[in-house]
Amino acid sequence: MEKIYSEEQSVGRSFKVSPETIKFLMDFSRSFHCTHYGDLKFETNLN
Amino acid sequence: MEAQLDDSVLVRDYISGDEGALEILIKKHNQRITSFIYSKVLDRDITEDIFQDTFIKVIKTLKKGCYSEEGKFLPWVMRIAHNLIIDHFRRNKRMPKFEGNDDFNIFSVIGDDKLNAEKQLIKEQIDSDLGLLIDELPDDQKEVLLMRIYRDMSFKEISENTGVSINTALGRMRYALINLRKIINKHKIVLTNS
Repeated sequence: MEKIYSEEQSVGRSFKVSPETIKFLMDFSRSFHCTHYGDLKFETNLN
Repeated sequence: MEAQLDDSVLVRDYISGDEGALEILIKKHNQRITSFIYSKVLDRDITEDIFQDTFIKVIKTLKKGCYSEEGKFLPWVMRIAHNLIIDHFRRNKRMPKFEGNDDFNIFSVIGDDKLNAEKQLIKEQIDSDLGLLIDELPDDQKEVLLMRIYRDMSFKEISENTGVSINTALGRMRYALINLRKIINKHKIVLTNS
């Protein structure tokens, strides 16, 4: 029986991002604040 | 437990200030979003970058209070990721990236405009030899040639400066080049830098 091989074996594989990326996003989230003043929105990133 | 929590509840909790809700959302959809991005870009590092940028947009939108797609969190995040993937390919199309490996080094086929030390020496020698050859030309021809080649003057300007017609200046230039070739051939001089 003919065997069919796909060219890119990794396309269908499942991946997850690294814990470091998640940690970075959590740190970013904690440091990011948005202040509303009237119709204006001020973004601040406090480390 | 995490998978059972509804996205809209987690989004609401996060907007209310519960940072842990975001972590649950990220971990809950991590595999699906990462696999989607990787299936398009086929690079682990770029996948991480796009995932990160996607959630930075998510965080900013949620904290600014601009999110209005309650109950459709995942499709919304996937759409952000999709747009960032398109941005990535557009950027790469404008600025193609070449990466060398053991078999191919990009610097073996590209170079800068500057001459290397050897070619610079040869060029200086040629310039010097050419100067000596030009000195052998009759004064009227030498004058036109110097103005045209070294001072980059137009034949109209040469005509005005020397008080001869444009046709005469053109003729003198022509004879200057013919005479230079004659001198070069006669003395079998080689002027190249290849």
